[in-house]
Amino acid sequence: MTTATTTAGTAVSAAPRRVRKYNRREAIAGYLFISPWIIGFLVFTLGAMAYSLVISFSDYNLATNRAEPAGFSNYAELFQDPKVMLSLRNTLFYAVLAVPLEIIFALFLAMLLAKVGRGSGVMRTIFYLPKMTPSVATAAVFLLLLNGNTGAINKALGFFGIPGPQWLVDPHWVKPSIVLMTLWGVSGTMVIFLAALKNVPRELYEVASIDGAGPVRQFFNITLPMISGAIFFNVIVLTIAALQVFDQAYLLFWRDQTNASTDASLFYGIYLFQQAFRQFNFGFAAAMAWLLFVIILIITLVQVKFSNRFVYYEGDD
Amino acid sequence: MSVTHAPGAASIAAEYADAAATDARAETSPVRGSRFYRARRVLGKAVLWVVLGAFGVLFLYPFAWLLAASVKTRGQVFDNRLIPRSLELSNYAEVWHQLPLLSWLFNSVVIAVLAAGLVAISSSVVAFGFAYFKFPGRGILFGFVLATMMLPGAVTMVPQYLIWKYLGLLGTWVPLFGMNLFGSAFYIFLQRQFFLGLPRELFEAARVDGASYWGLFRRIAMPLSIPSFIIVFIFEFQASWNNLQAALIYLNAGSVNNFTVPLGISYAMTQFSPTNGGHGDYQYVMVASLLVTLPMLIVFAFGQRYFVEGVATQGRKG
Repeated sequence: MTTATTTAGTAVSAAPRRVRKYNRREAIAGYLFISPWIIGFLVFTLGAMAYSLVISFSDYNLATNRAEPAGFSNYAELFQDPKVMLSLRNTLFYAVLAVPLEIIFALFLAMLLAKVGRGSGVMRTIFYLPKMTPSVATAAVFLLLLNGNTGAINKALGFFGIPGPQWLVDPHWVKPSIVLMTLWGVSGTMVIFLAALKNVPRELYEVASIDGAGPVRQFFNITLPMISGAIFFNVIVLTIAALQVFDQAYLLFWRDQTNASTDASLFYGIYLFQQAFRQFNFGFAAAMAWLLFVIILIITLVQVKFSNRFVYYEGDD
Repeated sequence: MSVTHAPGAASIAAEYADAAATDARAETSPVRGSRFYRARRVLGKAVLWVVLGAFGVLFLYPFAWLLAASVKTRGQVFDNRLIPRSLELSNYAEVWHQLPLLSWLFNSVVIAVLAAGLVAISSSVVAFGFAYFKFPGRGILFGFVLATMMLPGAVTMVPQYLIWKYLGLLGTWVPLFGMNLFGSAFYIFLQRQFFLGLPRELFEAARVDGASYWGLFRRIAMPLSIPSFIIVFIFEFQASWNNLQAALIYLNAGSVNNFTVPLGISYAMTQFSPTNGGHGDYQYVMVASLLVTLPMLIVFAFGQRYFVEGVATQGRKG
């Protein structure tokens, strides 16, 4: 090895004009180290994306394993199939409902924990447990908790004199049901907020309270701006997750394949999955996937653009 | 639920805590009211704990409910009692006969260990490549690593299925962990962060002593990165344990004994749920749900520190 470095050294001195930015051996070693990722990226990401694009312009014949060119027909069908638009509307509605509630609730819990300080570890653990619970177990329990007639949630509401809705049956309450389950597992977001809150310098609050700023003003003028980076990150991650919602909807509504479940529970991820692996309409499913990709891309870009005005990053003021 | 009141309650809580903070300063001046202030501070803390405790109860309730339901008779599963009328511990013995739960647990453990072990090792190697070596295109390639995190899984779902089909591996467990051989974006990011934190002199010294590049990784970077290795391992173990969709795609058509835990429980829900025309022994679904959750809670008990650290790191990406 030492000889290798000397040869590299002499090579450089032999050609003093050529400034070598990279050590050849080191560069090769670097490529070798990242080669597993490069192979995976080329085959399972880039290759798969290209193939997905090809399939989206074809009708895939499962018997012959051939993709017959079909032009734009799959994409045209996207806009003719009412279920695509229905599932898209359902999904967007769910995201608009879920993301803000998750952000608010997670931030609320994180602030409570941050205020308590000592002893908050136990509570943090308790809040984190749902996150550890497999989604099937969560669904198996919530299927009964949310039951409109016998479920514990409606029994509790009834105790306060509130008539609970038919959570899993009434089309209007399908999305809130899933939001409720999601909120129970909100602790991942909460932990990120908690870390961000701990990084806000205490002096800021002290100075503000000396200047007579009340807690509400402190929250809006110090806390929110100082953790805007974490809020931004969580909004993007939660939005992308919400647009791809699958597990909960599948487990609560679409488990058995003959299920005539309510239209309100047909989310984009569910319909895409049905098209791909129940009907084996690979071409149509691929086109659906690309539409979802474009929608996610646009929403994320809008969020990034929007956030540039509000997000404060340390050291760039 | 009370969720919608969150902002109001947050500011109330903030007010109390704030009052406590101001009072702490006020206490230093020997005024007559100091006792009153201390009382208010204690009260503020108490209110905070009551609110937190209420949420704690809400968060724990489904677990208590599940535990209770798992020892109820068929007729009582839906009665919402936290203290069951009778203790049917036999459910725990009977569940193994009612469902191939042991097979599902075994399958899931094997797949999760393979998935987590492979991805932790491969991501670590790749991360070291990005962290230590300088080579043309490094920045751009790492940008691609991060970009893949944004890609919705649906886009590559069908082609990946066709790749596994072409390789003749449909119906096997390989598609459930095979791609982990090639590293995974978030874990590469996580472990690269860790490697960047190691002092470079450590590696330079080893180079002078004649260590090979692989030796740097194997003898220095890897032993030092055990914490981040554990984070990746438990993250992926959990993700694999939870992975319903891949199991649906690759194993659903096969034998029930070959199912993983999420696919199995989902199957059991349909089999036993009375609303789906099943025969209604839902208590077995409850026992099974509890038993498949336990390993995760144990993992969490041992790795909580790593978990919280790992999740918090996500927020620092932006």
